[in-house]
Amino acid sequence: MRSNKNSWANKIPAWVWVIISFVAAMVVWYILSILPKTDRAFPFAPVTIEGLMTMIDRGVFWQDLSSSLISVISGFALGFIIALPVAILMAWYLPVRNILNPWIQFVRNIPPLAYVPLIVICAGVGRPAQVTTITIACFLTMCVTIYQGVINIDETLIKAARVLGAKDRDIFVRVIAPATLPFILTAIRLGASVALTTLIAAESTGAIAGLGMRIRALNNTFDSAPMLAYVIIIGIIGILIEKIIRFLEKKLTGWQETIN
Amino acid sequence: MDNLNNYIEGAPVKVHIDNVVKKFSGRNGEMIALNGVSLDIHDNEFICVVGPSGCGKSTLLNIIAGLLEPTSGEVYCDGKLVQGTGTDRGVVFQQYALFPWLTVKKNVRFALEMRGIKGKEADDLAMKYLEKVDLVKFADSYPKELSGGMKQRVAIARAYAADPQVLLMDEPFGALDAQTRTQLQTELLETWEKDRKTCFFITHDVDEAIILAQKVIVMSARPGRVKAIIDIDIPYPRDQETKMSPRFLELKNEIWSLVYQEYLEVRK
Repeated sequence: MRSNKNSWANKIPAWVWVIISFVAAMVVWYILSILPKTDRAFPFAPVTIEGLMTMIDRGVFWQDLSSSLISVISGFALGFIIALPVAILMAWYLPVRNILNPWIQFVRNIPPLAYVPLIVICAGVGRPAQVTTITIACFLTMCVTIYQGVINIDETLIKAARVLGAKDRDIFVRVIAPATLPFILTAIRLGASVALTTLIAAESTGAIAGLGMRIRALNNTFDSAPMLAYVIIIGIIGILIEKIIRFLEKKLTGWQETIN
Repeated sequence: MDNLNNYIEGAPVKVHIDNVVKKFSGRNGEMIALNGVSLDIHDNEFICVVGPSGCGKSTLLNIIAGLLEPTSGEVYCDGKLVQGTGTDRGVVFQQYALFPWLTVKKNVRFALEMRGIKGKEADDLAMKYLEKVDLVKFADSYPKELSGGMKQRVAIARAYAADPQVLLMDEPFGALDAQTRTQLQTELLETWEKDRKTCFFITHDVDEAIILAQKVIVMSARPGRVKAIIDIDIPYPRDQETKMSPRFLELKNEIWSLVYQEYLEVRK
């Protein structure tokens, strides 16, 4: 990456860049809204906001939003609760690792959209199937990340603790847990993003409400303004989650050496 | 000052190393790292071990620390058979091994807490140990904010805070630049001249070994054995100027040629 300290670009403050970037995106959006090929899919901002307003007036928006968030949060939480102990067991016990790891890698590479119908056959349509799909996807991603973290703990730190008189319990609580925390937070960040991307797949299982379900439903009527609004909302949720977790990372693991 | 100097044969044995053999099995069959090492470390003694890389000096230190088990042979500390780690033996690692999530002070406190010292007493003691290494100002810094030399000072303070009988140091200054290294050598000398804590110090730097130790052990190339034990009869207190004295140069010559033979052995 080329970055010159004295370049004019560095003299412009960050908040100005945010505005420039925003204006640029608006210009692109406007062009898309007038080009004959794309104007039907990308109505410009006022129309899109109006589309969103109709959804709010119809009383479906908040229902969709809460339904999606409930699925995402419960799927993510379940995935994390399962991933944490499994990852630690995999890192500590060779048999567990040798048996589980190949299959975790195998399933992780299958897009959730592909196996959703199988889940629907088992769990039926509705919330259980959605949560199951998100749980599986989150579990796989988070398990791999946490496992990598636990096996990569600097062994000298464990040795150092041991020679200072630390017992196994001290080593777990005071060395392994804090040393793994950065990887757990990375896992949470990746897991949250997977939860959101899996949402659309999960809601294709015949949900009665939900952001992903609504986009598909609106697709049938080519009602592009509210559709576009929903897509943007999913993006905003993603960015918000990412920002919150980055903030936590900074607070909790600011002690890490960073390579600049 | 006379009895401050070289070690007395009559001093009690602190660590007794009895015919220690260590074999590692790897892809290319068995590798003998240590082939029958016997050695006594006396109370209040400063011993340096030199030898070419791969002569098993770190392996020996790890066995004394209880971090590795010997294939055969035994190590006794204060007459007790060494089985696993113990707070009677402190270790300073080359890679500092500070807990990066703890501040400097809390790193030292960790050692104190493992001794059962808690609360304000632990705080005060931690500061006392930091004073010894001149790092009071950095008590609340994280390791990532320190230079290599400062990190190693914290590690030394932490090792002292565990109050061990023997200090095992595994090339502690090996990763530091020349200037920082001499500075830490001087500081360690000053500390040792005051408290005479039994020290077992590994290095590949012959100058460092002579300036610090009462006795230098030269180890032979793989499989590691004790090749020679050289008494360093230069009186304490020593400082960096000692490195200019004729006796220092004589000893340096003698030890260097012994090490060099082993170095050639490795290259063959």
